[in-house]
Amino acid sequence: MTAVPVTPPAPAAIAIRDLRFRWRADLPPVLAIDTLDIQPGERVFIEGPSGSGKTTLLGLLSGVLPVVDGTLTVLDQPLHRLGAVERDHFRADHVGYVFQMFNLIPYLSMLDNVTLPCRFSRRRRARALARGGSLNAEAVRLLAHLDLDDPGLRARPVTELSVGQQQRVAAARALMGAPEILIADEPTSALDADRRAGFVKLLFRECREAGLTLVFVSHDASLEGLFDRTLRLAELNLAAA
Amino acid sequence: MPILILAWKSLLNRRFTALLTLLSIAFSVTLLIGVERLRGEVREGFTNTVSGTDLIVGARGGQINLLLYAVFRIGNATNNISWESYQAITNLPKVAWTIPLSLGDSHRGFRVLGTTPAYFEHYRYARDRGLTLAQGEPFADLYDAVLGSEVARTLGYRLGDPIVIAHGTGDVSFARHTDKPFRVAGILAPTGTPVDRTVHVSLTAIEAIHVGWESGAAASGRSPDAEQTRALAATGALTPQAITAVLVGLKSRIATFQVQRAVNDYPEEPLLAILPGVALADLWSLIGIGERALLAVSAAVVVVGLFGMLTALLTSLNERRREMAILRSVGARPAHVLALILGEAVFLTLVGALLGVALLYGVLLLGGPLITDRLGLFIGMGPPSAAEGLLLAAVVAAGILVGLIAGYRAYRLSLSDGLLIRI
Repeated sequence: MTAVPVTPPAPAAIAIRDLRFRWRADLPPVLAIDTLDIQPGERVFIEGPSGSGKTTLLGLLSGVLPVVDGTLTVLDQPLHRLGAVERDHFRADHVGYVFQMFNLIPYLSMLDNVTLPCRFSRRRRARALARGGSLNAEAVRLLAHLDLDDPGLRARPVTELSVGQQQRVAAARALMGAPEILIADEPTSALDADRRAGFVKLLFRECREAGLTLVFVSHDASLEGLFDRTLRLAELNLAAA
Repeated sequence: MPILILAWKSLLNRRFTALLTLLSIAFSVTLLIGVERLRGEVREGFTNTVSGTDLIVGARGGQINLLLYAVFRIGNATNNISWESYQAITNLPKVAWTIPLSLGDSHRGFRVLGTTPAYFEHYRYARDRGLTLAQGEPFADLYDAVLGSEVARTLGYRLGDPIVIAHGTGDVSFARHTDKPFRVAGILAPTGTPVDRTVHVSLTAIEAIHVGWESGAAASGRSPDAEQTRALAATGALTPQAITAVLVGLKSRIATFQVQRAVNDYPEEPLLAILPGVALADLWSLIGIGERALLAVSAAVVVVGLFGMLTALLTSLNERRREMAILRSVGARPAHVLALILGEAVFLTLVGALLGVALLYGVLLLGGPLITDRLGLFIGMGPPSAAEGLLLAAVVAAGILVGLIAGYRAYRLSLSDGLLIRI
């Protein structure tokens, strides 16, 4: 690879240089990426079979895992220089996250689940308030955008929602307070095949409106045509088996 | 603190198991503080089994032995005090009053004590509480008996019932003084002291029972009947030759050691004078181990209760790993996860402790009169003592420790899991 770093024309939303991640210093790296740039507003599909270092990459991007070797810059923030607490703050402020399934906290109502990030981030709280007037109003607005505007649905325990509904509530939560980056870890794999594209399109619409950068990880190649760009982690990760 | 609101909602979600944990902590705290309070009262009651008495005098022997038979009616005196010695003690200038005690007979397993009306006037227990009659009068007639509350309750006696005194102290005695039955003249209020288990008669009555029994057994045919004995008593012929022990009250406490020395050095007869407070404290240090064992057992119950909470917390952790990963994904730090668990443990312990104390006061409020009536123990409703406060603080501290243990485990799990959802 090139030794001289290429300066992108605009500051990238996510920029990786010479990243090596090891679980222990004496173990071989599980993730080795020389260069990766994701532009602001870009919707990237990361296709990665298990063992390709997908979990590790998402852990690094979300600031849960520390960058020891190499650099990882997200939104001009050098994550490799931040401590664990600062990275947690960074995630709270700037990253929305959607899991594969079981996204919701069972003992919280639908609205409490959606407004949850505002309990941990003042920035997202302020942004949500600026946009919706109140946290609940903003949550209701986002839920309505994701076709969950039935008040009867909101009154029910979240555990009674269908998987598709749960994933949309999770998406609303990830969008709450307009973070700059949305990371989705196989968010459609629990959905029926005919609902997957619908979910992704809803997600796209929201990302476009808010100008979000979307990192979407899946091994379902049928979706990749919808995205701006596809990255194959097995090729990107030099340490992949 | 948003995380505490989450902790609260999470706890509400698991309200059934949380309630069980809360109750087990509350009950164990009730037991612990209850035992502590009872312990203080029992010790207080014991060391004040006899109060107001400055010296106990008996024949020379062991201090504990004298205390046991003179106060607790346990065991027997090895020797008596002669009536002359008793008179001499009574006439000592510093002595305010004396209560002669004559033991040796029993009634259906309860000791019979021969004494004088001075007993009802001067005997004190607890903090200067005197004897009061629940029913009837002190003995006036030669064949009057005043019963301790337990004697009356156990044997079902009422005023006016006849009772027969047996010679010796066994429950089953072959030598019964059936020829001279007594009448129940009075029943004392409960005291929580050995007085409750004593049958009181006059000193002359003890002599009267034994008229015609001088050889130790009934002298057939020659024994005078009750009326003859009454006539004999009126002449003063029934003045006792000897008594078992004397309770002495002094005009001034300052003279205690002086009088003690005078009695111990009494030239006519080998006597022993002891300070009841000191002797009782000595005896308590001997038998008080049981009370400490009781406290240890109730402390163990608290430990079991807290272990229950630890188990509940740790088992819930595995089910809650998903919850923690979600919280971390929205920006929670591992410290938040620790606070989530710790908050739960602290809440359960604090509320459990408060509930336990409230429960104790409830029990005391409802059961206190019964305890006082049955055991003669008055358990105060006052605010928790310093020792109780310390115990409560120890319980809460242990609860926090449990929370830290479980919280630290959650913290480690949350660090290693990161955003990985494990189910």
